[in-house]
Amino acid sequence: MSSISRFLTSRWGPIITGIVVGILAPVLVKLGNPGNMGVCVVCFSRDIAGALGLHRAGVVQYIRPEIIGFVLGALIAAFLFREFKPRTGSAPLVRFLLGMFATFGALVFLGCPWRAYLRLAGGDGNAIFGILGLTAGIGLGIVFLRSGYSLGRSRPAPRAVGWVMPALMVLLLVLLIAAPQFGRDAGGNPTGPIFFSTTGPGSQHAPLFISLVAGLFIGFLAQRSRFCTVGAVRDAILLRDFRLLSGVIALLVAAFVTNMILGQFQPGFEKQPIAHANSLWNFGGMVLAGLAFTLAGGCPGRQLFLAGEGDADSGLFIMGMFVGAGFAHIYNMASSAAGPGVFGPAIVIAGLIICVLFGLTMRDAKA
Amino acid sequence: MSEIRTVDARGLSCPQPAMLTRKALQQSDKGTVEVLVDSGTACENVSRLAGKAGWAVMVEEQPDRGCRIVLKK
Repeated sequence: MSSISRFLTSRWGPIITGIVVGILAPVLVKLGNPGNMGVCVVCFSRDIAGALGLHRAGVVQYIRPEIIGFVLGALIAAFLFREFKPRTGSAPLVRFLLGMFATFGALVFLGCPWRAYLRLAGGDGNAIFGILGLTAGIGLGIVFLRSGYSLGRSRPAPRAVGWVMPALMVLLLVLLIAAPQFGRDAGGNPTGPIFFSTTGPGSQHAPLFISLVAGLFIGFLAQRSRFCTVGAVRDAILLRDFRLLSGVIALLVAAFVTNMILGQFQPGFEKQPIAHANSLWNFGGMVLAGLAFTLAGGCPGRQLFLAGEGDADSGLFIMGMFVGAGFAHIYNMASSAAGPGVFGPAIVIAGLIICVLFGLTMRDAKA
Repeated sequence: MSEIRTVDARGLSCPQPAMLTRKALQQSDKGTVEVLVDSGTACENVSRLAGKAGWAVMVEEQPDRGCRIVLKK
């Protein structure tokens, strides 16, 4: 077991994780997940927010087992390798807001960094602008990191604190399986409190058990290998460390090859699945997302894996993502296939201003 | 010259432990630098960075499950 761990913490770890994600994501699409959305942490958080009734966009409501699997897979790995360390106290409120703003930006592009790479590997040329924006946002975050940005230190917390997010994921799994429908709509039909789409992307999903196992496997690997799609670019630029970047490149190549084999590679810019062709806001949305993820210390997948290790600050970042996804759909900030939502560009600009203020003002009290 | 410089990176998010270590190593061409971290990720990142810069790396696990990384050149 320890030799597996050593291998995954070596420079090969992110590459193996990237290959596994790159293969599993297109397979999950083949088995029912939405196009180029085998795994998308932001889209799936948005679907969970919808299932819980935090927004009522009827086409994007489903409790995604992959997200549950990510946290619980990381929890299992953390326990096996004695890395379950409950901690909190590093500017939780700011992390919650960063989770919200990252989600606003990503829902303008229509995908988290994971999906940006998966979209490109499926032939969606619009992803190029998203990835350029993501890189620009990370670059901006690096400027702040170099000038002393810090959210301060976390501290060890009672063990129960570390169990809150895993317990919440178990509760989501129970709600997914039980699917309670206590409410009644105007016509007397059962509805809510848990909502599941009957049309649209929310209705498209691979079988529950397969999604859950895929999530658990990825969560396990990623906890050990420290896989992070934002840290990949950040470490390459800031530290000349290409360990994580090699994992992202492996993901891109593996997903491209798997899509080719499965006949899912459709090159072009128009009519791509769950995407729009507005290059400016594909770019702009991901500048905001890239900056917010960098200021929070990692991509949304990484935040889920850290939450599985007991990091309650990452847990709160994820809560910010759920709430942000709710707001994004209630207030017409999320994009659709037609293009950016009415208030999408405005929230990107407002979010950038607020994140830049965080970048300029947050300093470790005793650095 | 036997002075040990200490970098306390416990509780800090990525990439700050590696950044603080790099700064300390750049300030001292040789000698001993001690880095305190509390996560496996930070321990690996600091060890990798120092190793690439030509420093001898020794990792001691701490009772509180953190790590003390001793870097020598």
